[in-house]
Amino acid sequence: MNVTTAIQAATRAFAIGGPILELDSISLRFGGVKALTNISFNICEHEIRAIIGPNGAGKSSMINVINGIYTPQEGEVRFRGERLGAMTPQRAARMGISRTFQNIALFKRMSVLDNIMAGRTLQTRATFLDVAFRTPRSRREELESREKAEEIIEFLEIEDVRKTQVAKLPYGLQKRVELGRALAAEPKLLLLDEPMAGMNVEEKQDMCRFILDVNENYGTTIVLIEHDMGVVMDISDRVVVLDYGKKIGDGPPEEVKRNQEVIDAYLGVAH
Amino acid sequence: MIYRQAGQFRTSYAADSRAIPFREDRVALALILIAAYFVIPFTASDYWLSVILVPWLALSLVATGQNILMGYAGQHSLGSAGFMAVGAFACYNLMLRIDGMPFLVALILSGVIAALVGVVFGLPSLRVRGIYLAVATLAAQFFIVWVIDKFGWFTNYDTSGIITTQRMEIFGYRFTTPAEQYLIVLGIVTALTWLADNMARGRTGRNWMAVRDMDVAAEVMGLSLLRTKLQAFAISSFYCGVGGALFAYAFLRSVEPTAFDIYLSFRVMFMAIIGGLATTIGPFLGAAFILLMPVFLNTTFQGLFGAAVDATIISALEQVIFGVAIILFMIFEPLGLARLLQIAQDRLRQWPFKY
Ligand SMILES: Nc1ncnc2c1ncn2[C@@H]1O[C@H](COP(=O)(O)OP(=O)(O)O)[C@@H](O)[C@H]1O
Ligand SMILES: [Mg+2]
Repeated sequence: MNVTTAIQAATRAFAIGGPILELDSISLRFGGVKALTNISFNICEHEIRAIIGPNGAGKSSMINVINGIYTPQEGEVRFRGERLGAMTPQRAARMGISRTFQNIALFKRMSVLDNIMAGRTLQTRATFLDVAFRTPRSRREELESREKAEEIIEFLEIEDVRKTQVAKLPYGLQKRVELGRALAAEPKLLLLDEPMAGMNVEEKQDMCRFILDVNENYGTTIVLIEHDMGVVMDISDRVVVLDYGKKIGDGPPEEVKRNQEVIDAYLGVAH
Repeated sequence: MIYRQAGQFRTSYAADSRAIPFREDRVALALILIAAYFVIPFTASDYWLSVILVPWLALSLVATGQNILMGYAGQHSLGSAGFMAVGAFACYNLMLRIDGMPFLVALILSGVIAALVGVVFGLPSLRVRGIYLAVATLAAQFFIVWVIDKFGWFTNYDTSGIITTQRMEIFGYRFTTPAEQYLIVLGIVTALTWLADNMARGRTGRNWMAVRDMDVAAEVMGLSLLRTKLQAFAISSFYCGVGGALFAYAFLRSVEPTAFDIYLSFRVMFMAIIGGLATTIGPFLGAAFILLMPVFLNTTFQGLFGAAVDATIISALEQVIFGVAIILFMIFEPLGLARLLQIAQDRLRQWPFKY
């Protein structure tokens, strides 16, 4: 560990702990396309783990494996030491894994507030009969959800659009709302697929700040896919580099930056 | 000016999320309900009560069911008349075969039976969507009506296959006059609409809309698509079933299975769409439009041409105008009558300023 990360670790509210998610020799194919080949790495508690690599390298596929949208042909995923056989998105959600999507996947015709409150579906228990008859349980949960949602809205600085339909918001704000919806589930592990893609510098700075704050305030472990090397170097604790579905680098940003294979494959080409 | 939003600050989250945000609108609704319960039963003619208002309320309830499925959960269905038939004939058989079965209990049970049937015919929604799902639900439409028609048991082996509904009796009181029957329908429709509105605005409705708008994201949040879709089918069919039973008991009274044909399903779908999907008031506005438009056209044409033009030509002309009106509506206000009402309210609220 070098000096800067040591200082970082010392001043963080949630010190980086042991691995909570381990990926062991994951291979994923679509017909003849090898999206991922024999990939192993781990994610430690409370860290910000970046996944980088050129387009088509398999980054999104990696996240889709982690939260059970894709099932790899080989390899296994362990979450908190527990081996996960057939992972499903629902199961991942119940274990505390939330995510955002590379192409925004918001509930377009719902308001910002409803999107974020919808994110709390697993935090609420009321049945449709509770909701229909407005039982005390339903009303209490609804109020709780609203308070949590408002907390997130305030944190993301989107108070003035809370009642706006998300389809009407500019792209940058939609990305923010999607982060808000993922946070509403109070995740242990947050997967962010290119949260800053297509943003201008200021928007990127805001988003970086939100990501760092989430990590800092709640200790949420974060997996971040990002293209912008500057951003990655600034905010991540460790970086995995993928290229053509293979892992070609893994370590703290400064180390990865000096890795010749990474420079050839990624830094030299994409930027 | 009595219609003012200024000065109405909502100081709690509960106040901010109530069904009707503005005081004036709440007052308006209260006035409408008072008129509906205490004025109309005593002033409206028997014709209006039993030929216009009762079917309007019953079909509004069915359209509310259609709206739950199509507007909130985004599942296209053309089976509503089939589920209405389940409700009507279930109610008839429950009353017929179980001694001392109270009407209200039979009504709720027929909704539950319609819900169970709805779940079965909702299963294709797990594999297909959009127009393909609508076609798949046609199976419900045809199969249900065919079964009721085919097996005499459902119609108590009536030689002409027509049932005559029993009397509506609640706590020993028989609802026989048009005004009484209107009131019973109104009461049930008011209660079920309140419940539907609560569901739509709460956790249940958010889950439906999540599945409607982006199913992958809904699943990733931990929602079961299977359970959410089938729940929407069940609750929607419950509303169709109860609405169908009311339609049969308070309006048709002698009922043949073929009264619940595909044409009725289409009309219910138009009601939901034209009224405004995913709104509480939409189904009521849509049902009024679809029911009253032909009446209105008919009286207009009769007044204009009278006996001078052949009745069949007038009737054909009405159909054409009706169809064109629907098309124009879809083009110019796809969000429906509820949206027009909202625009009017906003204008009024801001008058005389244009923000
Ligand atoms: N659902 C899918 N079906 C077929 N091929 C896919 C699918 N998802 C990803 N791939 C393929 O897998 C490879 C990796 O894609 P992806 O994970 O999206 O890369 P990245 O996110 O790094 O740009 C690409 O060649 C892509 O075409
Ligand atoms: Mg990608």
